[in-house]
Amino acid sequence: MPAAQSKASELETLSVEAADIRVTESAWQRVRKNWSVRIGGAALALLLLIAVSAPWLGTVDPTLFDAASRDLVPGQRGEITTLDGEIIKHKFWFGSDSYGRDIYSRVMYGARVSLTVAVLAALLSLAFGIVCGLSAGYLRWLDGILMRFMDGLMAIPAILIAIALVAMWRGSLTTVIIAIAIPEIPRVTRLVRSLVLSIREEPYVEAAVALGTPTWKIMFGHILPNTIAPLVVQGTYICAAAILVEAILSFLGVGLPPDIPTWGNIMAEGRPQFNQYPHNIFIPGVFLAITVLAVNILGDGLRDTLDPKMAKRV
Amino acid sequence: MTDAKLRGSGPVLDVRGLTIALPSGSDRREAVSGASFSVKRGEILCLVGESGSGKSVIAQAVMGLLPDTLPVTGGEIVLEGENVAHAGRERLRELRATRMSMIFQEPMTALNPVMTCGDQIDEVLREHTQLTPEQRRDRILAIVREVALPEPERIIASYPHQLSGGQRQRIMIAMALVLEPALLIADEPTTALDVTTQAQILTLIQDLQQRHGMGVLFITHDFGVVAEIAHRVAVLRLGKLVELGEKDAVLKRPQHAYTKMLIGAVPSLQTHGRAAEGASEPVLRTVGLCKTYYDRGWFGRRREVHAAQDVSIEIRRGQTLGIVGESGSGKSTVARCIIRLIDPTAGEILLHGQDIARMSAAELRPLRRRVQIVFQDPYRSLNPRRTVLEAIIEGPVNYGVRRDKAIERARQLMDLVRMDPASLNRYPHQFSGGQRQRICIARALAQEPELLIADEAVSALDVSVQAQVLDLLEDIRNRLNLAMLFITHDLRVAAQVCDYVAVMSQGRIVEHGPAGQVFGAPRHEYTRALFAAAPGRDFAFGSA
Repeated sequence: MPAAQSKASELETLSVEAADIRVTESAWQRVRKNWSVRIGGAALALLLLIAVSAPWLGTVDPTLFDAASRDLVPGQRGEITTLDGEIIKHKFWFGSDSYGRDIYSRVMYGARVSLTVAVLAALLSLAFGIVCGLSAGYLRWLDGILMRFMDGLMAIPAILIAIALVAMWRGSLTTVIIAIAIPEIPRVTRLVRSLVLSIREEPYVEAAVALGTPTWKIMFGHILPNTIAPLVVQGTYICAAAILVEAILSFLGVGLPPDIPTWGNIMAEGRPQFNQYPHNIFIPGVFLAITVLAVNILGDGLRDTLDPKMAKRV
Repeated sequence: MTDAKLRGSGPVLDVRGLTIALPSGSDRREAVSGASFSVKRGEILCLVGESGSGKSVIAQAVMGLLPDTLPVTGGEIVLEGENVAHAGRERLRELRATRMSMIFQEPMTALNPVMTCGDQIDEVLREHTQLTPEQRRDRILAIVREVALPEPERIIASYPHQLSGGQRQRIMIAMALVLEPALLIADEPTTALDVTTQAQILTLIQDLQQRHGMGVLFITHDFGVVAEIAHRVAVLRLGKLVELGEKDAVLKRPQHAYTKMLIGAVPSLQTHGRAAEGASEPVLRTVGLCKTYYDRGWFGRRREVHAAQDVSIEIRRGQTLGIVGESGSGKSTVARCIIRLIDPTAGEILLHGQDIARMSAAELRPLRRRVQIVFQDPYRSLNPRRTVLEAIIEGPVNYGVRRDKAIERARQLMDLVRMDPASLNRYPHQFSGGQRQRICIARALAQEPELLIADEAVSALDVSVQAQVLDLLEDIRNRLNLAMLFITHDLRVAAQVCDYVAVMSQGRIVEHGPAGQVFGAPRHEYTRALFAAAPGRDFAFGSA
């Protein structure tokens, strides 16, 4: 009898499936190892640090006018009079604009606006896009109506919608964020819908139906978590687009009011004097480019690690 | 062909001590470890193994199709006297199609969907010969005729999607053989095909192999197919060749414990002969169940597809009803109607006499838990982002069972399906296919169903794992006195587990009755054809 038993256990070990018992790295481990993620993430972290610690980076009040220090070139020394009448000696690292405001301070503070707009616009469009996309993809009767509406929205150029909305509501940070987020919603909706359409056919979703799981729980508990990886990637691209659109709106003079320092505002104000003082446009432009590049690199890295299938297609 | 015969009498393919490394971090160091075998002219060598045994890797190595992540680290691959293990790209390109060819499992994805079949065969000729267009066309028509395709003219002008699976595989074979290679590698060429089509393709390969005198390296996991086609058999386990010999020797008198185990796990076509009692009330009955799909065009043209027609079955407690049929026969449609994943077009589904066919979702909800299902694909049946525990307790929690009670029950269920309750907090990707299927069974059982539907539940599993899961299902059905609806295309599996069998073809049940009767003396023509096509039906495995 013991012989038979040992035989049985031997067969049991022989039949162990070989291919599947594989220790795979978790997605997070892969993300951390990826160089695109590291570089893009580091650059963004630096920009975030700048935005947060702007007041302590040797800046002065970015809205402070001083007629005496107008149109200084980068590196020139000058003086600035604060609102209390105090006179500070200041080195204008990035020069000053035609109102005598310190461009270095304005660019540092401008990072706050750009990053806030980027993150909030992305979150807002993702939130609405997820709800619309899940509904359109899972509740088939809603699909036609919702998607035709989204198609209509998509047909209008993004900048045009944003300009119209800001013109309607007056420029403030909230309006600009909403104006940037709305044109992105159809894109997110389309993405989520297409993901839902394939995931809803998965046997685990059908199993959940058979287990009597309510529809909303299936949508948010089973389907949504499986769309997260591509959504994170999409989110970074929205961030990059939002930063650009915010700068464009400010440049066109329909974004945030001129007293708020944003990179777009600085460039817009520097435009008339571009020939004499190119640094007014060049310096905020470089920051804008670096930020967008960093977000895009991060997005590519996340795409490669979170969604390898997508990486192969691109 | 004569040319091939003139090239000396050595083996077509001689693989000596072939070793192929796996990337670091894999479950083992080598995909293939020191495999040695040869394929002689005019011989079919079957390479058998379970998934992950490295059999497809060997095929790719011979064809020079290995990805860079799997380098050949040792040994030789000698094709007609030439070592091709480290041959350059150009040389391999010359050899492919002319001296060695390969056919794949899935003929739809192996063919280019935007080229006609004729053009795809023509491409091979254009690349490797200097024939004129007229000569090429004659060659193409000749080879298409040789693989026994009807209306060759029409076939070569067709696109792959216009042909059936079997016809596509014939095109693949025609393409592989048009330049008369000395070696044909067939990597699971019939796995994606129905059993009757499979029988035809196997006959075709055998026939062509004899006529052309080529060597065939035939890769399969199916011992029925091995019994049908092989001259010699090589058994592969975890990258190592464990047994190599003549077909009869290996299949009837296996030496290695692993081969013995594999062959022991092959279900026989003999029914179990358990007395089926029919006294109790049916748990579920369908009366005239129909499912029709309508395809409405823009201009009012309406196409109807009858997926299931007039299906009447009944299942009692403690009994297993098998629905057997080929793909497209409507067997899964019936299952999905019964569990109301799709709405039937007509007919009744009586659960304890109560018609659930037209119930609204709200009315149906309290009844849902009484019928549960286990699906075919263990890799897609569990949400990858949820732990096993969450998967198992989802159902009970939906019906108001307290979470701690549900967890307690999940532990018991893990025991029941012979898994360690400690692994409840792991994610599905940490389990093998067979283990996942056990988890799916536990998830279904957590609802304490009266009827368990197994929709091809063991079809995606390796034969040894399949045997274990079948054994488990049988055990559970007995212990819990369940009614079971077992849907399968595999007659061997059906013979093992079913008390009653219904054979479906084109949406209709063509024959049904006690398993012993249907298997022993099939009355319907289609049933007989199905049995006749079952590979290795006359072969007694492991006897003698």
